[in-house]
Amino acid sequence: MNKKDIIICRCEDISLQKIHDFLDQGFTTFEDMKRLLRVGMGPCQANTCGHLIQREIAKYLGKNVEDIPVHKVRPTAMGVPLRSIAKGQKDEN
Amino acid sequence: MKTNLLIIGAGISGVSIAYNLAKKGYKDIHVVDKGYFTSGATGRCGAGVRQQWATETNCLLAKKSIEFFEKAEEILEYDGDLEFKQEGYLMLATTKEEHDQFTKNVKLQNKLGIPSKQLTKEEALKIVPHLNPDAFMSATFCQTDGHLNPFKMTEAYYLAAKRLGVTFSFFEEVKAIVVENRKITKVVTTKQTYETSQVVNAAGGYSHEIGKLAGVDIPVYAENHEILVTEPIEKMQGPMVMSFSKNIYCQQVPHGAFIMGRSNPNVEKNHDIESTWHFLDEMSKTVCEILPIVGELRVIRQWGGSYNMSPDRQPIFGKTDQLEGFYMACGFSGHGFMLAPITGILLSEIIMGEETSFNMEELSIDRFKGQTEFKIEKSVV
Repeated sequence: MNKKDIIICRCEDISLQKIHDFLDQGFTTFEDMKRLLRVGMGPCQANTCGHLIQREIAKYLGKNVEDIPVHKVRPTAMGVPLRSIAKGQKDEN
Repeated sequence: MKTNLLIIGAGISGVSIAYNLAKKGYKDIHVVDKGYFTSGATGRCGAGVRQQWATETNCLLAKKSIEFFEKAEEILEYDGDLEFKQEGYLMLATTKEEHDQFTKNVKLQNKLGIPSKQLTKEEALKIVPHLNPDAFMSATFCQTDGHLNPFKMTEAYYLAAKRLGVTFSFFEEVKAIVVENRKITKVVTTKQTYETSQVVNAAGGYSHEIGKLAGVDIPVYAENHEILVTEPIEKMQGPMVMSFSKNIYCQQVPHGAFIMGRSNPNVEKNHDIESTWHFLDEMSKTVCEILPIVGELRVIRQWGGSYNMSPDRQPIFGKTDQLEGFYMACGFSGHGFMLAPITGILLSEIIMGEETSFNMEELSIDRFKGQTEFKIEKSVV
């Protein structure tokens, strides 16, 4: 299958080809790629692409996958409407 | 390794300085960074660029920088999209006092050639119809203010500097700056030792510590400023909406997400960059009050980053009589990204011994000598 047709990040439509291009440019950490390709910045917060990209980096660098750092996990764990958070506080007080 | 000049920090300031020097023919520049690409303040910033300031110096520095951003893709021969938009900053006044201050600010800005104007509530609502009309009194607006993608902007400078022969290393932390007879001789990092007599401190949140390594006392400190982003939606807001008194900035970036932040008046001086639920609570309340409809969006991520604060909230540029060959570009107080073009121009002029395009009196570290009170820039969130 053409690497251009394999989607690694569904939130931002990033293909396997794009990931390989950026590895070739020297961006060999998830954090680098996140900032330039927006992988991991979408609504799923890298729950889909995180491990796939970790595996591609491991293959590229000839390392074990467990030696490749995953991205920094940030709150919130899932999308929450801002109004619910504002309202939730009112209910608590 | 021998190098003519070592720049500490590959954030937006470091890459801009490297590019400007290399373009003027300065040879043998190396840039070292302790983390990954844009891991510091640059990659964590709100990425707004504005000229609506309250001090003449900040206005002029910002104006010069916007002029560069307008042509940046062309000048830096960048293949990507910098996502530059000039749909303005709308600054809300919520009290009579703030309204009067804004009248003065606009007068100053116009005198300096910045096309800002003061708007009535009705005029402001025409630009951002979903504003809560009860949450503000009047506003000011400057169309040529805007936004850029901070990662892409840094990459554009980085690639241009590399083409001009500048070298970079990441994940390499400076551990010692060796000074002999009041001159720099070596810089020791976690990976190697550089023989150099010239160092630029563009270390963002860690500028004070880098100064300390060289025995230079820089009156700056780091504090955490938090920010959050929502899911992306179709375009509905052109300008950045900002209020100093309500403590909020909020804009929709070209990608579609809303980015918003506010400062914590009780923040401690340290390198903490973690996220807190307090911020999430306060931010949600504030945005629901000012921009009610935005409250319907889901927040998907929050993070923090360091402001490098100076005593008067203006940057510190240039050399110091404390140590020959030691240059500074720090103390941006949250505005290093938007001032990066002028940072690079000024530092390259100073390092090359050229006449500077700005009066350095208000920008040099010497302005703090023997001072305990400062004219503080108040237009800061």
